[in-house]
This record gives sequence, C-alpha cells and structure tokens, in this order.
Amino acid sequence: MALNQFLILSAFLFCTGVYGVLARRNGVLVLMSVELMLNAVNINLVAFSAFVRDVGGQIFALFVITIAAAEVGVGLAIVLLIYRNLDSPDLDRVDQLKG
Amino acid sequence: MLRNAWLIPLLPALSFVAILLVGKRLPRRGAELGVGAVGASFVLACVAAWQWIDRVEGATGKSEGLRAFGKGVLGGEGGEGGEHAEVAVAPVTRGFTWWQNGNVEFNVGIAIDGLTVMMLFVVTLVSFLVHVYSTSYMEGDRRFTHFYALLSLFTASMLLLVVADNTIQLLVGWELVGLCSFVLIGHWWEEKPNADAAVKAFLTTRVGDVGLMIGIIVLFFAAGTFDIQAINAQAVEGEIGHTLLVVASACLLGGIIGKSGQFPLHTWLPDAMAGPTPVSALIHAATMVVAGVYLGARLYPVFFEGFSIDGGTINVMALIGGTTIIIGAALAFVQNDIKKVLAYSTISQLGYMVMGLGVGAWVAAVFHLFTHAFFKALLFLGAGSVSHSGSHHSFDMKADMGGLRKFMPVTFWTFMIGSLALAGIIPFAGFWSKDEILATAGQNEFTFFLVVGLVGAFMTAAYMTRCVYLTFFGEYRGHGEPHESPRAITVPLIVLAGFSVLAGLVNASALEIEKFKEWVEPTVAFPALEHPEFELAGAALALAVALLGILVSYAYWFRNLGPHGITARNPLARAGYTFLENKYYLDALYENVIVGSIKGAIARASYWTNQRVIDGAVNGVATGAAQVGRFAYDVLDQKAVDGAVNGLAVSTGQTGGLLRYVQSGRVQRYALMLFASVALLSLALFVFSN
Repeated sequence: MALNQFLILSAFLFCTGVYGVLARRNGVLVLMSVELMLNAVNINLVAFSAFVRDVGGQIFALFVITIAAAEVGVGLAIVLLIYRNLDSPDLDRVDQLKG
Repeated sequence: MLRNAWLIPLLPALSFVAILLVGKRLPRRGAELGVGAVGASFVLACVAAWQWIDRVEGATGKSEGLRAFGKGVLGGEGGEGGEHAEVAVAPVTRGFTWWQNGNVEFNVGIAIDGLTVMMLFVVTLVSFLVHVYSTSYMEGDRRFTHFYALLSLFTASMLLLVVADNTIQLLVGWELVGLCSFVLIGHWWEEKPNADAAVKAFLTTRVGDVGLMIGIIVLFFAAGTFDIQAINAQAVEGEIGHTLLVVASACLLGGIIGKSGQFPLHTWLPDAMAGPTPVSALIHAATMVVAGVYLGARLYPVFFEGFSIDGGTINVMALIGGTTIIIGAALAFVQNDIKKVLAYSTISQLGYMVMGLGVGAWVAAVFHLFTHAFFKALLFLGAGSVSHSGSHHSFDMKADMGGLRKFMPVTFWTFMIGSLALAGIIPFAGFWSKDEILATAGQNEFTFFLVVGLVGAFMTAAYMTRCVYLTFFGEYRGHGEPHESPRAITVPLIVLAGFSVLAGLVNASALEIEKFKEWVEPTVAFPALEHPEFELAGAALALAVALLGILVSYAYWFRNLGPHGITARNPLARAGYTFLENKYYLDALYENVIVGSIKGAIARASYWTNQRVIDGAVNGVATGAAQVGRFAYDVLDQKAVDGAVNGLAVSTGQTGGLLRYVQSGRVQRYALMLFASVALLSLALFVFSN
C-alpha cells in the first residue's frame, strides 16, 4: 500500500492549518484551522498505523479526536468571551500580555 | 459477611447516585432511597459485628481446635495479664491492586477488625436514625433531594474511610467526608454566614490535612508500604527509626487536630452549626469529627512509639487533648445558641478522646468515641426537635426557649438522658467511658491529665445544667406555639436515649464486664497496653466532681444563688467574659493576623513583581547596565572606556527595546515564531542527519 499519498495529503492539510492559524484574525477561523492541523495528524497516525500493521496508531487517533472535541469546547468558550468583552472576534486586539 | 463488608459503604454510594438521578421523581423525593440503603447497611453492619464477635469468642474461648484461623492464630502476644488474650485474632482483609507504579502497589481493599466493626455499627446506626429524623425535619426544604443525596454520599465516604486497609484509601475517604461536610454546612448557602462557615470549615480542616498527607508520605517512605496493618506491625516491632516515627506521628496529629476540632484548629466546628441540625448531629458530633480520633486509634502503634506514650511523660497528643477539654468546656458557658453549646461540648469531649489516646488509654478513648456518638447525636437531634417544634426555628436559648419541659415531654426526657450521659452520671454511658479514660490516666501516672480530666468533668456537668435550665425550665420566652415533635423525630430520640443508657454497660469495669475491650482491641500488631483495674475511689471522685458541677450550676441557675451580674460589676470578671465571648480571639488571630498578613504579603509581592520584574525587566536591564556604565565612567579612565561603556549601555537598552517588540502580546505572532523555529529545527535535523 502506498503511504505517500496519505502523507502528502496530510502535509497539505497541515500547512493549510498552519497558514490559517498564523494568518487569520477571526478566532473562530483560527480554531477551525487548529482542527485541520489535528486532523492532518490523525491522517498521519492512521496511515502509519495501517502501514506498519499496528493498531496503536488508530487508537491514538481516536484519543486525538476526543481531545480535539474537548479542546474546541474550551476554545469556543474563550472566543465567545473575547467576543463579549471586545465586541469582535479579532485576535489581534487581544494583546494585553504585551511587554 | 466480614469478607463482603465492602457492601456496607457501597450501598449508600449507590443510593447517592440513584437519588441524584431519579430522586426528584419519587413520591418521597428520594428520602426512601437514602433511608432504605442506609438501613440495609445498618443490618449488614450488625451481621458483620455479630460475626466478628463470634470470631473473637471462638478464638479466645476454650475450643482451640475448632476454628482454624490460618496465620491469624498466633501465639500469645502482649502480656496484658488478663485471663484471655492468649490468641491473636487477625483482621479480615480483602482487596486488589488498583494500579502499580514501579514497585509500588496501590491497593484498594478492606480490613475488618473490632475497631472497624464498632465504627461501622456506630456510623450506620446514627446515620440511619438521622435519615429517618430528616424526613420530618427537612420536610419541604427547597433542596430536600439534594440533602438526601449528600447525606448518603457522606455515609458512604465515612464507611469507606473506616473499612480502608491502606492509608491512601483512608485519605480518599477522609477528603470525601470533608467535602460532604463543606456542602452540607453550606446547605442554605443563600445566606452569606452559612456559605462563609462552610468555606471556613473546609479551609481550616485543610490546614490539618496537609499534615496528614505529609504524615502518610513519611510513613510510606519509612515503612515502604501504604498498608495500615504492615505499618503498625513495623512500628510495634521497632523496624522504623524513632525519628521518622516522631515526624510521622507529629504530622498525623496535625490531621487529627484539624478534623477532630482540637485546639488550636477547633474554630471551624462551632461555625459549622450553620448547617441543618441533622447534619450537625451526624457529621459534626457523631461521625466525621471522630475520624481524627479513629485515625489515631487505627495507626496507634505509630503514635505510641512516636510520642513514647508508655513513658508516662507529657506528650503533645495528651497535651493537645487536655487543652482542648478545658478550652472547649469554658467556651460552652458563654454561648446562648444551644447548638453552639453542644458544639463546644463536642470539642471538649473529642479532647477527652485525644487525651485518652495520648495517655495510653486506647480502649477507653475508643469506648468514649462509641458512647459519645450516641449521646451527642441524641443531644443534637433533641436541640433540633426543640427548634423544629418549640422555638420557631430559633436556636437562641435565652430569647426563644425556656419552660419547654411541659410542652415537649419526649424531647425533654431524652435530652435529660443525653445530658446526664454527657455529664458522666452513673449509670449512663458517659460515666463508664469517661471514668475509664481518667482511671487509665491515673494508672499510667499522667497525674496532670487526670486533674485536667476531672476539671473538665466538673465544667461539663455545669454547662449542661445551664443548657438544660435555659431550654426546658423557667418561663417560656418564645413567641410560637410549642408542641411535641412528630414521630419521625421522637422515635430516633428514644432509640438514641436507649443506647445512651445501655451502651456504657458493654464495658462497665465496675461490674467486671470487659466485652468491649475483648471485641474491639486489636491483638495483632498492637502495643501491649496496661488496662486499669476498677478503682472505687477514682470512680467515686469522678462522679462526685460531676455531681458538684451540677450542684453548683443548679444553685446558680435554679435557685438563683451566687454572684449574679458579676460581669457587670467586676471588671476582672467582665474581662474574662469578654475574652471567652470572643473565643480567645483565635478567630481574630487567624483571620486578621495570619490570613491578613499572608494576603497582604502576597499582594505586595505580586505588585512588586509586576512593577519590578515584568514591567521593569527590560528597562531594568538597560538602566542597570547604564548604571554600571556610569560607575565605570567615574572610576576608570574616562576617555578609554567611555565609548565602550556608553555603547554597552545603549546597546543593552536597544536590545531591550527590540526584545520588547517580541513581547507583542499577539498570540499569532508567538505561534509564528513557534512554527518558524520548528521548521528551522526540522530543516537542521534533515540536513545534519543526512
């Protein structure tokens, strides 16, 4: 079974995600990009798991999915609060930590 | 049943879940589940107690070949000089490994011996009666179902603590009962004082719990195991260094002080009376607060060796207990709230138990725990009955009570029995157990603590007389229409009154009955303790002191003799009264001095960090460097170093300024740096690994 196509897809997805996280200002879109990255990782895990015939990778992917769900829950709550406080989901305005 | 004793905590735990899930939809709103589960636990506990007694009797009796107890039957250990005690009865244990980390095994299991069985019986009985009592007392409460769920959870946690065979499980139960106590004290959290009291109880006991945790860890490293039996065995056989035992027992004593309301951490217990009265009876009188004493009894070999209790010298444990007796009893005199009188009385009686452990009176202390649970639960439930039906939900003895004897005969007589038992009048339960503590203290040559105990007995009798007078005698001062409470309230009172009369006879040394000692005292991994012979003179003295206390108080309150109004006339007496009213200013000390200073210090420290470290870090580097530069400018050759120094200062400042921009506070820029560095590092890895 060819591994490359999965890895290329996953790398593409991951880069898309990274781009989204870095370039997007809208907090919701950033969260979505994070999801893309996580799923890219999942594809990698499953692909390698099938490649080396070890089910561990797939179990790990299941865990990642679960954690991702929890993480989105928390993340959305944060974005919601940011929106309530600043009246916009723009992450550039959240810069209270600057030196 | 002994091997299946894990069912006893499991049933209330299941009922907790069931009440939460379906309680509100049931006709009695969940109460039937709680009463049923705890009742079933009580029956099981009775069966377990019966089987344990059978086991002990079988082992100590003449029939040595009849029962093979395997390794449980050892040769005679400990020369108590009694007629039996030649055979050791090992606890029944059962458990499994929960998880393993390296070579360390964490077990879950039960270890059932006489002490455990006794506690199971007391906890399930009092809890069952309180469950029944609450069906009427809490009727129509806005969180009735919630109350029952937590009552069940509390019972389950307490039973879990009691059956634990290892210190970790014990700690889990210990913290769970603390949590339930917190939630139940704050049951009516809409009123700020109640919520405050809950937080105070939680945090104050937590101070002691830190000690408990450290103690458990020290014991683990000293003995290499969490298993209580193994720790005890090693402590008895001297396999643990004395220094370690001293440290461990001192830390564990911290836990006892916090949980069992010992001086100086007793301040949370009176405030805990903000909770509903059944909770006060169950948690803050009969069961949870004795968890500390139970811990002391369970790990007694550690304390015995750690504090050198057999030495007859003053040790911390006895000293704490003795102080608590006097301090608690003195405070009970100035309370107008009937529940607070009982709360301080509980503190004082817990002091007896801790002092008893401290002077080597293990059996007496545990026996006092046993009897105290009945009569103190009785007194609290009686106080609840008074407020429920007599004084219009008030607990103020001076404003809303008085003369209730005529209106509530059942409550009055049961309360009287409880008071007499507490005061230590023969033949009520309190007499036998208190006398035994004093007798052992005398015999083990702790004369100082014997005197403290006698003074405490005097004070106990006196303040209980005052309390009974203010509540039940004189003119009715309230505004309601007092009447007797319903059956759900009076029946538990009568049952508890029965136990308050009879429970003492299980170990009445005067009548040469020592069943309690035979059944409860461990025979494996336990130090050889002296048991006192019954002395008529000592018992008579204790009784006389208690009667004197009643007499003095009777003269003062009933006959109106003595210096009434002395606090208004004599400044010294007034000062003393104010001192007591302010509870020795301990609360002020904790809240204003200790908490205040820590809070202030932390606030100042974080402000300082803010100003100097976070804001000033970058600037600080620059100005610091500039100062270095100026110093060098003044001292060294100006012209040669001048430019270099200035350059250094300026470049440091500029570096700081540049670094400042890195700290933009924009998360995405941080993320960009993160990904860029990861990309660079991967590139480096790729390049160099090929």
